[in-house]
Amino acid sequence: MIDALLGPFLEFGFMRRALVGCLALAVAAPPLGVFLMLRRTSLTAEVLAHGVTPGIAAGFLIAGLSVPAMSLGGLVAGLIVALGAGALSRATGGREDASLTALYLIALALGVTMVSLRGDTGDLTHLLFGQVLGVDDAALLLMAGVATITLPALALAWRPLALETFDPAFAQAEGAHGGLWHMLFLGLVVLNVLAAFQAMGTLMAVGLMMLPAVAARHWSRELSGLAYAAVGIAALSAYAGLLVSYHLDLPSGPAIVLTAGLLWAVSVVAGPVDGLLARLLRRPHLAG
Amino acid sequence: MTGQAMMPGPELRIDHLTATYRRHPAVHHLSARFAPGSLTAIVGPNGAGKTTLLRAIAGLHKADEGRISATHADGRPARLALLPQQAGMDRAFPILCRDVVLQGMWSRLGAFRAASAADKARAEAALEAVGLGGFGGRPVGAMSAGQFQRLLFARLLVQDAALILLDEPFNAVDARTAADLLAMVKRWHGEGRTVVAVLHDLDLVREAFPDCLLLAREKVAFGPTAEVLSAANRLKARMMAEAWDEAAPACTAEAA
Repeated sequence: MIDALLGPFLEFGFMRRALVGCLALAVAAPPLGVFLMLRRTSLTAEVLAHGVTPGIAAGFLIAGLSVPAMSLGGLVAGLIVALGAGALSRATGGREDASLTALYLIALALGVTMVSLRGDTGDLTHLLFGQVLGVDDAALLLMAGVATITLPALALAWRPLALETFDPAFAQAEGAHGGLWHMLFLGLVVLNVLAAFQAMGTLMAVGLMMLPAVAARHWSRELSGLAYAAVGIAALSAYAGLLVSYHLDLPSGPAIVLTAGLLWAVSVVAGPVDGLLARLLRRPHLAG
Repeated sequence: MTGQAMMPGPELRIDHLTATYRRHPAVHHLSARFAPGSLTAIVGPNGAGKTTLLRAIAGLHKADEGRISATHADGRPARLALLPQQAGMDRAFPILCRDVVLQGMWSRLGAFRAASAADKARAEAALEAVGLGGFGGRPVGAMSAGQFQRLLFARLLVQDAALILLDEPFNAVDARTAADLLAMVKRWHGEGRTVVAVLHDLDLVREAFPDCLLLAREKVAFGPTAEVLSAANRLKARMMAEAWDEAAPACTAEAA
């Protein structure tokens, strides 16, 4: 039993690296997901994840499977898409979902086409679904570095972001520079999507950001509680997902996301806040 | 609890203000002077530009033309606080009542400074003052519309602004809540703050608001409430509000 739970990580360096990388992601990305969910912009994360694909593919075309080249390409593409999404949002008065969907479909198709120009199906699978074996030292440094940047930056942006999400008019009237903090926030999302891409692939990169955040809704009624719950769920998903991926020989990205999905389902059923069980177990109402 | 009485509040001057949506004026060539420490109601039909006017004063809607200034007698710019309509807020947001009240200290605490024990005590006292004592640790999502409005008043109280703008503050609240909140508005008036409120209930305006601005995109009447709310003026306001000309030509009125 212990061997099944710890063995792969004790035995193989690549499993250790994948675990450390995914845990770094699990600490940094879910709080961003909580804000994306609360701002009702969950789709934005998806758009950014797919939007970085052509950039990553361009890096791949130029330098092959090189982490720095692909990350740089992805960063440039991600920032362009983030700015574009923001502009679209303003131009459409907040009803941007249709245009964003168009944008990410185009970006994904473009990225896949570009990789197919030179790479084989293995490269394509790597790009789309990620690969634990792909977490080399450079990728690990990227993931850990992104987490190291994200946490303090988010701590600084926490209060203005919360205020702007809750009551945008008040934030604007008080001169809280909501737009500026929002841009910083989107930058962090791009970085985390890039880091996640290394292990989870471009199709699954958002999984570890959004699913734990959505699941956390059922564990807390308070913003910081949501963030803690989301990080806990994400860390558990990363660990269990990697184990499943190893034992059943599945691609790591889908395995981690499926585990997070399972935990989400458990949260919906058994979570103390608006969970199905809590609703079925009708406890007597309070006196006042 | 509300700090020192500030005699007198700021003067609010509006000169030839025009604010538009896609070039159609919502507020059209409006000039008005709200005296220091005055308590004024803004009334008018739907679509008369009342909310736009408040938002323009608060700096949330860019004026196309004209000037707005809110200054104390010694020339200092006044700090203002706006109570918006509830619709713009995310009431499902996972935040505790105490933290909403503490938002009122943004101008002092900003993004980074910590709230001191005294600040937290002030927040609790503000909750107490609006009749929400003991609600500090409750999530906002569990509040009724009336309780939520009380909570926003607690945040206003903590903001301690010299110019207070209220957009339909008594909408969707019961009679008792409305009475409590009105008492708070009167107290602000007594402390010398300048208060401007958008209202629909004309009986309430007649009873509690000494001054009144009747607005129908343009100024219909402005002055003592009894004179402003004459039957003739109200009819005039209704007629003016109903005109919406899609193909209106560019306005040539003097912008002064």
